Amino acid sequence: MKCAPFDYVCANSVEEVVKVLGEADGDGKILAGGQSLVPVLALRMARPSVLVDVNRVPGMGRIRPVEGAVEVGALVRHSQLVEQTHHPLLAEAARWIGHTAIRTRGTTGGSIAHADPSAELPVVAVGVGASATVAGPTGERTVAADELFVSALVTSLDDDEMIVGVRFPLPTRWGFAEFSRRHGDFALVTAVVAEVDGRVRITLGGVAAVPQRALAAEQVLADEGTAHDAARAAAAEIDPTADLHGSAPFRRAIAGEMVRRALVRAGIE
Amino acid sequence: MDISFSVNGEITYLQVEPRRTLADALREDCGLTGTHLGCEHGVCGACTVLVDGEPARACLMFAVQADGTSVTTIEGLEGTDGQLHPLQEAFVAHHGLQCGFCTPGMLMSALHLLDTDPDADRETIRDEMSGNICRCTGYQGIVDAIEAASSAMKQH
Repeated sequence: MKCAPFDYVCANSVEEVVKVLGEADGDGKILAGGQSLVPVLALRMARPSVLVDVNRVPGMGRIRPVEGAVEVGALVRHSQLVEQTHHPLLAEAARWIGHTAIRTRGTTGGSIAHADPSAELPVVAVGVGASATVAGPTGERTVAADELFVSALVTSLDDDEMIVGVRFPLPTRWGFAEFSRRHGDFALVTAVVAEVDGRVRITLGGVAAVPQRALAAEQVLADEGTAHDAARAAAAEIDPTADLHGSAPFRRAIAGEMVRRALVRAGIE
Repeated sequence: MDISFSVNGEITYLQVEPRRTLADALREDCGLTGTHLGCEHGVCGACTVLVDGEPARACLMFAVQADGTSVTTIEGLEGTDGQLHPLQEAFVAHHGLQCGFCTPGMLMSALHLLDTDPDADRETIRDEMSGNICRCTGYQGIVDAIEAASSAMKQH
């Protein structure tokens, strides 16, 4: 199908984006890579009156290693994340996003702001304790990843706010595992294991409306339990819903196995 | 809106509605109907073109976003004398198509793959081509064709 008509603004600065979004009064949308938004428009699941194209806003396409973390500009494409070597977990996770022709367009800020429950980057963001820099009418603020994701496709961002960059702490050990039906499909379950500040964090995607920490499983590890025990704890503590891609028990079993694999890949057995 | 971009090396000026996708602009406004539209929401890969050398789904990009870029479509693949590209030759020789609907997207994805990784093995080819759906061939002939084209292009 074709999109419903909209006004198009090609913004040249973050200030302009925020201003246009403010004037649209909740009826504006940011267009970045368009790999999630344009299908939504084409299927007419949304019909915003204004699209603000941020692709030509300068200064948001860089990846910058800083002390203990990597700062990723909102416009960094998934293909850039795959190529970079500063943050190996981000590179591995980005390889699992869609296909080449999607990774060349899709952006870090877009994926985080879209907050799809089965997307990879939100799980990594919660997994390493990332924080987003958000620009709005009164300036910038920092939002922690676990305060950003509210529900499926819903974030705590205001209508006139925009993510300009994301700071991903560097884990000392990490593991990533994902299960999808076919290569490049949406994930049924994603597991991220990341050791940050001496604590092993286990985060699951695809089992709830937002990325979910497996806190009981983390505690099992803190009590010197094995990867196998932690995986069982993770499978027990989640409450996945069934859909046509898999029943709840199936997702629970897959989640446990993905946690086990991610732990083993992190060198935790 | 007025836009200008290069299509297969030719500067093109268009007046488009913002909601016009790049795919529709190429097909309807430029008359380049080689770029096919299957699903129109980014799943099938039939509309894959190169934008500034990178593969992109032309149904997920608005034509206004292509302003100032350089776009290559399937029509830009053959030589100026009408000589088929080695990839096209290989698709013919190895039964890389049946109905042909997915073929333009397949070829553009394969072109980018062999540009960036001329030594791609079968597993890499399968991985990289997974974003293009074919409902006829079972993919075997497509992978064979790309592998053959890779050797042919290296000999040139």
